[in-house]
Amino acid sequence: MPHVNLVSTYPGITGLLQDYPESGAPIRDLTQFLLRGPNTLTEGERELIASVVCVGNECQFCSNAHVVTAARYVGSVEAVHNVLQNPFGGQVDDRIAHLLRISAAVRTGGIVPDDMVEDARKAGATDVELHDTVLIAALFSLYNRYVDGLATDLPQDSSYYDALADRLTTTGYASPGQQHATH
Amino acid sequence: MPHIPVSPTTPGIRGLFDFRPETGAALKKLAHVLLHGESPLTKGERELIATFVSHGNGCKFCTMSHAAAARFHYGADSDVVDAVVYRNDRSGVSELMSVLLDIAERVRIGGRNVSDELVAKARALGAVDRHIHDTVLIAAAFCMFNRYVDGLRALTPEKFEDYVPMGERMATLGYSFEVPDATR
Repeated sequence: MPHVNLVSTYPGITGLLQDYPESGAPIRDLTQFLLRGPNTLTEGERELIASVVCVGNECQFCSNAHVVTAARYVGSVEAVHNVLQNPFGGQVDDRIAHLLRISAAVRTGGIVPDDMVEDARKAGATDVELHDTVLIAALFSLYNRYVDGLATDLPQDSSYYDALADRLTTTGYASPGQQHATH
Repeated sequence: MPHIPVSPTTPGIRGLFDFRPETGAALKKLAHVLLHGESPLTKGERELIATFVSHGNGCKFCTMSHAAAARFHYGADSDVVDAVVYRNDRSGVSELMSVLLDIAERVRIGGRNVSDELVAKARALGAVDRHIHDTVLIAAAFCMFNRYVDGLRALTPEKFEDYVPMGERMATLGYSFEVPDATR
């Protein structure tokens, strides 16, 4: 049972963002821009960065949501887990592998070492890509703690994550209530 | 040296906001809602939670700047901030605030550490949903801000005095505004 009463019946983060709209709006705006805005990192690559953090933090709702969403771009849930376990295994190029390594360092916290950034740069990462990688990893450090810190409900049925991935890969991170307006 | 190019005259997170204004705008708005918006927690209490979490995460810029803002809010009682953050002395805060700081610390370590028992303890001391929610979200948000600042090695002034005007500005004007160059 969640640590606070929620009016929204949506599980995980969605209920919190709906019931607390003042904070929910900037969190949604930030996420929509970072994960779906114009970027030299693909949407799939950005979902992999999110997945590194959610899986590392063992946040069940967020891990399922973002691994299933990343799988839509990468091919399968198994392929996503393979990349997360071994970024340098050849499934993604070296530039992305280095950025995933930085994401894992951001998750655990503290200053990201210069040589890690240098390696990513040598593999072709730009300033904006470095910035966005760090901020996406930092943002999911918030999400995982918000979702688990308030003990939000998990969906009753795992097919929920497929429906969620449908939404996140099409309309993106806008509130589900706003979807009608954008269709 | 920061990992991305920032103006040498814009320390800390504001340098990062200027580098990427699109994300900067949303981050400033979030900080403002959390620390200056409606809440049963005073602005001083919320800045204290922010400082406490930032110190736990070892983020010097966020600790120094939010401690300065918290001291400004606490005014004559500003030593409460240093007692809680640096001396682990909770005698200057209410019992409820002390439990909320414990919740913030659990969130900092990882969300799954917030137990039903700890939340029940806060409720027995008068906490309503909004105390619990705001504490958890402020702690979670500072886990983001701290990682953003240190992950990119944002410019971090060394001297205590550098943070005093910053703290006063944060405490009085809040976060959702543009800082004119001359006052940075």
